[in-house]
Amino acid sequence: MNGYWPSATTEGREVDVLLLALLLVSCAVLALVFGLILLYMIRYRAGSGVSRGERSHKTWRFEISWTAATLAIFFGLFIWGGDLYVRLFQPPADALQIYVVGKQWMWKVEHQGGQREINALHIPINRPIQLVMTSEDVIHDFAVPAFRIKHDVLPGRYQTLWFQVDRIGVFQLFCTQLCGVGHYTMTGEVVAMSQPDFENWLASGAAPEGHEDMAAAGKDLFTAHGCSGCHGEGGVGGSPETTGIAAPALSGLYGRSVKLQTGATVTADDKFIRDCILTPDKTPVAGYPLIMPSFAGQISEEKVLRLIAYIKSLKSGSRT
Amino acid sequence: MTHSAAHVSYLEDGHTLRSWLLTTDHKRIAILYLVAITFFFFAGGVAAFLMRYNLISSHGLLGSAETYNRLFSMHGILMVWVFLVPAVPVTLGNFLTPLMLGARDLAFPPLNLLSWYLFIVAGFVALYAVVAGGVDTGWTFYTPLTSLYSKGHVVAAFIAIFIAGFSSIATGLNFIVTIHKLRAPGMGWYKMPVFLWSLYATSVILVLATPVLAMTLLLVAFERIFGIGVFDPAIGGDPLLFQHLFWFYSHPAVYVMILPGFGVISEIVPAFSRKELFGYKFIVWASIAIAVIGFLVWGHHMFVAGTSLFSAIVFSLLSYMVAVPSAIKVFNWIGTMHKGYIHFDSPMLYAIGFIGLFTTGGLTGLFVAALAADVHLTQTYFVVAHFHYVMVGGMVSAYFAGLHFWWPKITGRLYPEMWGRAGAITIFVGFNLTFFPQFVLGYLGMPRRYFAYPQQFEALNLLSSAGAVVLAIGYLLPLGYLTWSLLYGDRASANPWGATGLEWSTPSPPPTENFAVTPIVTQAPYQYEQPEAVIHE
Ligand code: HEM
Ligand SMILES: [Cu+2]
Repeated sequence: MNGYWPSATTEGREVDVLLLALLLVSCAVLALVFGLILLYMIRYRAGSGVSRGERSHKTWRFEISWTAATLAIFFGLFIWGGDLYVRLFQPPADALQIYVVGKQWMWKVEHQGGQREINALHIPINRPIQLVMTSEDVIHDFAVPAFRIKHDVLPGRYQTLWFQVDRIGVFQLFCTQLCGVGHYTMTGEVVAMSQPDFENWLASGAAPEGHEDMAAAGKDLFTAHGCSGCHGEGGVGGSPETTGIAAPALSGLYGRSVKLQTGATVTADDKFIRDCILTPDKTPVAGYPLIMPSFAGQISEEKVLRLIAYIKSLKSGSRT
Repeated sequence: MTHSAAHVSYLEDGHTLRSWLLTTDHKRIAILYLVAITFFFFAGGVAAFLMRYNLISSHGLLGSAETYNRLFSMHGILMVWVFLVPAVPVTLGNFLTPLMLGARDLAFPPLNLLSWYLFIVAGFVALYAVVAGGVDTGWTFYTPLTSLYSKGHVVAAFIAIFIAGFSSIATGLNFIVTIHKLRAPGMGWYKMPVFLWSLYATSVILVLATPVLAMTLLLVAFERIFGIGVFDPAIGGDPLLFQHLFWFYSHPAVYVMILPGFGVISEIVPAFSRKELFGYKFIVWASIAIAVIGFLVWGHHMFVAGTSLFSAIVFSLLSYMVAVPSAIKVFNWIGTMHKGYIHFDSPMLYAIGFIGLFTTGGLTGLFVAALAADVHLTQTYFVVAHFHYVMVGGMVSAYFAGLHFWWPKITGRLYPEMWGRAGAITIFVGFNLTFFPQFVLGYLGMPRRYFAYPQQFEALNLLSSAGAVVLAIGYLLPLGYLTWSLLYGDRASANPWGATGLEWSTPSPPPTENFAVTPIVTQAPYQYEQPEAVIHE
């Protein structure tokens, strides 16, 4: 089990400390419970002549004290586990984003530079990594026990998972949500490398046949699937005069708030853009006719991720 | 029963198959259930044994992942719905509720028989699903795997669970009404044995939670058959909705499994300590508290599923709250042993085994209720070990404890005591050998539901499989000696353990009408200092 202890992440080592505390509490309680049972079994066995003395008939004192003690210990454990979880939940702002798509039965990974890998994830050490994950079919779960983390990967949603590894090494990756017959084959490895090695790998090792930056690949898709036909070249937006149809501008969209015809205001994040592409009738943008067709079934989750990368790259008013 | 002379034992009251299959006597129905659930327990057990065989080698000895997935699904479905959920209520509960209350039968005897038939139909539809090719989704049926991707006989399995649900609801209603309406004169609520309180709490959960499961399964079936989008996002559904609905039933259901066990232990510990139950009211209200809070913790099965941070924190806190009443019970049982006169007959050995294993299971519940720890442990063998400690180590031990305790009452025969003790000890040892290594495996990261697994986990899996052999022997022992005792066991007296409780005041086995004269209750239960004080006449 080399590389398992100590955990390769700071949070992983903290989880281990929490687990150790839980183990100690459990051992103490078990010692108390088994100890008392054994003691009474011997001391108060039917044949033993030991004096039973006065039996106390007021039980509530005992009840109150052990209930209070239990509550106090439980509350402490709750706070401890919760605090750490909150930190595991919130990625640092400067995390390096990598995209993961799960499908029956493999993990597909794509780096921002367009480098793709299957059942493997190469990462640099000492840098927060944030995985943006989705599934093409059923629910999967991306789990790296050596980092003490995991998260479900759902179809139709982007789930994120972050970690920062401080040691070079190769770590096992498992799918831990039953996803069909091949569930047990959906494994792989996380390869943590030094920053220079990682850059090397990105530049050469990753995809010898060449690869294209995700945003650039997204740009090609934007034209190929006819997005630019309505939204304009470079996503500048369309109007009856230019494209023949009123369609919102996509440049500068990412991260902005958008008003919907339902009256709701939402932030244009990854999930919102995805929904606009695959289920446009669910996200009717205020002020535009409901004419955008759904691209569900035509554009795979991986391509959607590239389109998102492209739209993200479109700064307000820019033309690429 | 007009044709039965007074004092004919219920076993002698008719010998034809018809007299059994059309009976409305709660005691005979209990026996019918006993036969049925014993069958399902061993069917589920065979599946488990094959799974442990498969896992001896990291390559999977069965050679087929499809077979393995079907086995664990079958194991889970049979064990949960046709063994653990019904086990204690339909056998011991059916037999004892009227006897403990001083009543002639349950409130609705024909409904009771109908429940049994529903149960049998459910069990056989489940078996049909298995024989016809099986289900490979696990007992948890997560969508959209189950609704749109699985090739198994999902709909048949759902029909089985759906029908079993009606059986549960009917049984629950029957118990609730019986406990409200048929208590003997003088038996106030606080004079009821704790077993009946537990059964009452269990019945309330069954009646409230089971319909939610039934609706959920219907929705999945609709999506699967008609393609109506409920859970699959590709057709406009929400994949997490299923998990919320499923666990809204299934978490309370785990308490349906364990609460009757608490009741059994609360009868046995005083009886073999010859001492009043410590903290009667606390134990009773702890059961009620569990039944209520148990409805509010389902989200703890979804800490890594993609729910919000806020919901995770609330559900973690509530999960710790629900553990408090369980802890209270354990302390009270130990308090009962304090200064008692402890006898080590088989029921007590099973009960002590229960306390140890349940406590271990409950403590590991604290691990998985701690959010950050759960992130690491969930969906690994740690969770498998956790719930086997509570449900098999705990619940099945309690069921066996109860079966041994009331066996003389039910059958009128005594089993060989030495064999009983040997069984209790073998099960305790075998259980720990099988499941303790799984805590370690889970901590080391071994995912559950893997047909083949990395080599580094092989040694601990081998140990676990070896333990399963001991455990299997442990479970076969009672099957052997209890069956033997039916024919060759010594005759039991009305009260072989010197226990309190109305059921012990009538002959073993009881007459069809239970009591010659309706008993009148003047005493609280468990008055072991003056055992004669429970009044009949
Ligand atoms: C005593 C306090 C208990 C606490 C705090 C507790 C906590 C938990 C938690 C947080 C989980 C979710 C773990 C995960 O999926 O990662 C869990 C799983 C489970 N628990 Fe408990 N538990 C307790 C007692 C019980 C009892 C009494 C039973 C049954 C009689 C039980 C049966 C189960 C089952 C069946 C599962 C997992 C189901 C599955 O995923 O297939 N637990 N428990
Ligand atoms: Cu639960």
